[in-house]
Amino acid sequence: MKLDAMIKLQHVDVTFNQQHRTVKAVRDVSLTVNRGDIYGIVGYSGAGKSTLVRVINRLQEPTAGQVEVNGQNMLALTNKQLRHARTKIGMIFQHFNLMNQRTIADNVAYPLKGSGLDKAAREAKVAHLLELVGLADQAQGYPAQLSGGQKQRVAIARALANDPEVLISDEATSALDPKTTGAILALLKELNEQLGVTIVLITHEMDAVKEICNKVAVMEDGQIIERGSLLQIFSQPKQPLTKDFINTSTQVNQAIEKISQQALTLSDTQRLIHLEYVGTAADAPLITELYKRYGVVSNILYGNVEILQGTPLGNLIVVMTGDQANLDDALNYCQQQQIHVSPVKLKQEVAQ
Amino acid sequence: MNWFAHYFPNVVTMKADFVTATGETLYMVAITAIVAGVIGMAMGITLVVTAPGGILANRLVYNLLDKLVNLFRSIPFVILLAVIAPVTRLIVGTAIGTTAAIVPLIVGAAPFYARQVQNALVEVDRGIIEAAQAVGSGPVALVFRVYLRESCSELIRVSVVTLISIIDLTAMAGAVGGGGLGNLAIIIGYDRFETDVTVMALIIILALVFLVQMIGDWLARRTNHA
Ligand SMILES: Nc1ncnc2c1ncn2[C@@H]1O[C@H](COP(=O)(O)OP(=O)(O)OP(=O)(O)O)[C@@H](O)[C@H]1O
Ligand SMILES: [Mg+2]
Repeated sequence: MKLDAMIKLQHVDVTFNQQHRTVKAVRDVSLTVNRGDIYGIVGYSGAGKSTLVRVINRLQEPTAGQVEVNGQNMLALTNKQLRHARTKIGMIFQHFNLMNQRTIADNVAYPLKGSGLDKAAREAKVAHLLELVGLADQAQGYPAQLSGGQKQRVAIARALANDPEVLISDEATSALDPKTTGAILALLKELNEQLGVTIVLITHEMDAVKEICNKVAVMEDGQIIERGSLLQIFSQPKQPLTKDFINTSTQVNQAIEKISQQALTLSDTQRLIHLEYVGTAADAPLITELYKRYGVVSNILYGNVEILQGTPLGNLIVVMTGDQANLDDALNYCQQQQIHVSPVKLKQEVAQ
Repeated sequence: MNWFAHYFPNVVTMKADFVTATGETLYMVAITAIVAGVIGMAMGITLVVTAPGGILANRLVYNLLDKLVNLFRSIPFVILLAVIAPVTRLIVGTAIGTTAAIVPLIVGAAPFYARQVQNALVEVDRGIIEAAQAVGSGPVALVFRVYLRESCSELIRVSVVTLISIIDLTAMAGAVGGGGLGNLAIIIGYDRFETDVTVMALIIILALVFLVQMIGDWLARRTNHA
């Protein structure tokens, strides 16, 4: 797969002028999405995520900036050219937006009118797309008869009708339960791998990003405040908001909170430590190593390992027991092993 | 049929008049429905697409049409009949008679239908419009393949409401010389104290209304898949 830019936004601003105020929904955002990426955009409600991605197919006109998709300057297109360009940018939505009065098959066939295919070819294509999303037997039903997950599958089939190079997913799984979310994300991943579709995935759930994205941007207040590869963002988040999102997702924060509230009393020879590591270091050898080298005994209170793009990312909360000097040495050793060490404070300590 | 002759003594002798009057009413309703239907539909669509935030938002066109519809909607029909007479004379050549009645009927019904159509179309979810735009649909496709298609069942419903209101208006137009069942009910039945004629005219009008309502409801239900 070539590593060239599929979507290139440069210094994009979107300002809404309302009667009493102006809302700067997107402020000076530059973003490059490469061919084959699954690029996650996370942020809380109102951060400007939808507004930003709607600029890509010009459902939203930018107030300023440059927009390029597949080498084409989107802002220089005539209406007719724009409509054609849009057929190559699929989009799926939180509320599916299917046409209620058309059958499932007709919904998928909708974008094919004017595609130059004859009736037989269109029907074959619809059948193929429904097969792809696993809904071949529902073709003649209506959207009202489908579950949320099935509706989103129809919407995906519709978005793929004209063989788009880009698929924009605006909170496509936000209205779905966790299991269905997983299935839809797996489908998107499959489409990315098999059809080579570049995906922009907007979400406020870091779990979705973790599942399938290779890159992430974090948005706050109309700006991208942090971006990078999935592993980079998860292992070295810099902004508080990014850390927030990650911790909510890994539940480390909840674990620390719970542990710190326990009536745990630590003696002088004990320390409560949070260890974070990326890559090869595995938990068991580390604990064994600490005991063998320094006689430090580690009791694991919480452990979590995420596999991101094939690389493990681990979080351990342990009580280490040993004499002061050995404990210091053990923690130094951890740091030498590229393990991030941070002491956890107990609530009663904080209170004192 | 003895009881019929007993209760409707004058009707029995006026069978031919009733057939003619019913024909005239149907004629006025049909022509008005077609012409006002087309005009009202066009105005309703224009109102929706030019409204602020619409797919062809245009403040000037929207405000103008909106005000116009409001203006005509607030004129009582009886007064409209009188006011519009010169225009009718210009178009039809006369201001009296069945065909002449059609002009004020259209002027009265079209803005009413426009509002109804507008209300039906704005019900179409903004998200569905957006999804269609995202796959490359332009304004024409959005109107014909999304707005009208998605609100089909609702359009049938509002068309029934309009049709019934047109039947209602024809009765009034009839009373001022437009012919039809309204004419029969007032000029003969009421003015000559032949109450049975009025009652019979009423029965036929009610039957018409029920029939339209029933067929319309059935169609609306059948076409709705939401
Ligand atoms: N058409 C509009 N007119 C005025 N303000 C708007 C419009 N669209 C969005 N905004 C404003 O722009 C800001 C960003 O909105 P946007 O929908 O892009 O956020 P988001 O990150 O997608 O949020 P969510 O997670 O809730 O979907 C918000 O303050 C919103 O009120
Ligand atoms: Mg949004």
